[in-house]
Amino acid sequence: MQKQDRNILVGLVLFLAIFPVLVMNVGTVGHYLDVMIFVGIYALIAMGLSLLMGYAGQISLGHAAFFGLGAYTSGILCVQLSLSPWLAMGAGAALTALIAYVVGVPSLKLKGHYLAMATLGFGVIVHIFLNEEVALTGGPSGFSDIPGLKLWGFSLDDELRYYILVWCFVLLALIFSLNVIHSRIGRALRSLHDSEVAADAMGVETSKFKITIFVLSAIYASIAGSLYTHYVGFLSPSSFDLFLSIKLVMMVVVGGMHTIWGALVGTWLLTFLGNEWLHVFHDFDILVYGGILLGIVMFLPGGLVELIPRLGRILKRT
Amino acid sequence: MNSENSQDFFRVDNLQKSFGGVRALKGLSFIVAPGTIKAVIGPNGAGKTTLFNLITGIFPPSGGSVSLNGVSINGRKAQEIARMGVSRTFQNVEVFDRMKVLENVMVGRHIQSRAGIISAGLRSVRMRREEREVRQSAFEYLEFVGLEHRAEELAGSLPLGEQKLLEVARALATDPEILLLDEPAGGLNTRETEKLANLIHRIQDRGITVLLVEHDMNLVMDISEEILVMNFGEKIAEGNPRQIKDDPLVIQAYLGEEVDYSDL
Repeated sequence: MQKQDRNILVGLVLFLAIFPVLVMNVGTVGHYLDVMIFVGIYALIAMGLSLLMGYAGQISLGHAAFFGLGAYTSGILCVQLSLSPWLAMGAGAALTALIAYVVGVPSLKLKGHYLAMATLGFGVIVHIFLNEEVALTGGPSGFSDIPGLKLWGFSLDDELRYYILVWCFVLLALIFSLNVIHSRIGRALRSLHDSEVAADAMGVETSKFKITIFVLSAIYASIAGSLYTHYVGFLSPSSFDLFLSIKLVMMVVVGGMHTIWGALVGTWLLTFLGNEWLHVFHDFDILVYGGILLGIVMFLPGGLVELIPRLGRILKRT
Repeated sequence: MNSENSQDFFRVDNLQKSFGGVRALKGLSFIVAPGTIKAVIGPNGAGKTTLFNLITGIFPPSGGSVSLNGVSINGRKAQEIARMGVSRTFQNVEVFDRMKVLENVMVGRHIQSRAGIISAGLRSVRMRREEREVRQSAFEYLEFVGLEHRAEELAGSLPLGEQKLLEVARALATDPEILLLDEPAGGLNTRETEKLANLIHRIQDRGITVLLVEHDMNLVMDISEEILVMNFGEKIAEGNPRQIKDDPLVIQAYLGEEVDYSDL
């Protein structure tokens, strides 16, 4: 891991440790811990998407579907077969990885808009499946009474414990991703961005790595889905629709897609906006999202993380 | 060398390429003996870069074949051909701009390493050892071309001459049997070209066969053992530098038809 990444990681861990102390007993922001759990869940997906978009150069408008597949597999296996939640989470990840592979092999041969359409189509198909397979999924009204998670006899039912669990997953995925970025695979992917013809001539198996990253990002999304299921305890298809897929892509772009840290920043901002700060706008919140996206694309194409070196330069000058 | 018969080391047979109605290559045949330096020359549009792109699998030939050590490589994917021991540089430099100089060469070591996503993500002991080896050998290739002082800079920030050297180091890092250099001296000044000639000789000393396309006649005549002259997608002459210099067809191709001034 690079020194810079390690420093930011330490900073993040400190922030995560202090955060509950700061907000927990303060009335107006006490529920921020709950919001942070959702930030963690979405960050897990956004990180995978950031690897896919920022490093492998591919777009996906279908990641809500992988999120949903993980969530429903966990929910169904736990409720209908009374399987252990941890086993169900593993089964969900395996199933999602398999589906991602099958979907990824043909669709990653496409580029740009076509790839976006293909993944979007996949997302819509999964959404329809969740709506229509009533016997299995409960249909549009979904199903509830999904048990919570337990670890070594500890019930993870209070917010603080779940917060710790979710962010442990995020940190592990983050470290795994950073390691991949700073390995031959990360180099291969970055080389692809600069010159595909030269990468080819160096023997880099471009399509193989695109699929590998696609599957990895689907696994992240699936695990996020399982964590979501056991926290919320209730599932319905509307939590996994196209708008979520778009919002996930937005999180990556707003934060900055050329570094995995951008995904964390974008997820944090958009989740707090969506769950907390945009309620005053009611249904018009989508306009605010549009405005943010437009502003970022026009003035900060590198995303919010680009502000940090800029601020550094300004501080140095003064 | 793997091949006992030098005829079989690298062979191009009746290679053809058409782009729509344009026949860029009209059945070219030649061999390259192992351990030699061979140059391909000819006027612009003669089909030299097309030849390189066919050999390295950027696009497939319309007909004919290319083989290395008796194994056919035409029609395979570029990545596969690279793995078989053919590496190249590009006429219009194709370095990985936004990566560090050392990282560029480390990408060249890609096919000589094998860590998969799981061992990379978990930083397994084997992966870390391999990573150290990759870094170490990439640095040695940089030293070989004389760019070690630039290792930590972004490749895109180097001047053209150094980017060309970087491409050579990156190509060598794949451990090729044959190295294709596409106009390595293009844009270099005299002093840089002299250094390049020396570098190409040192590459040959490592036992690597060199095939180059070049416009700088002094360089070509100086370093090549064999020269192939092309015009309009065909071979018009082949031989050692002395033979090529005196070949009337070559002179005609480069200077145009001889004009009989007595009629004027």
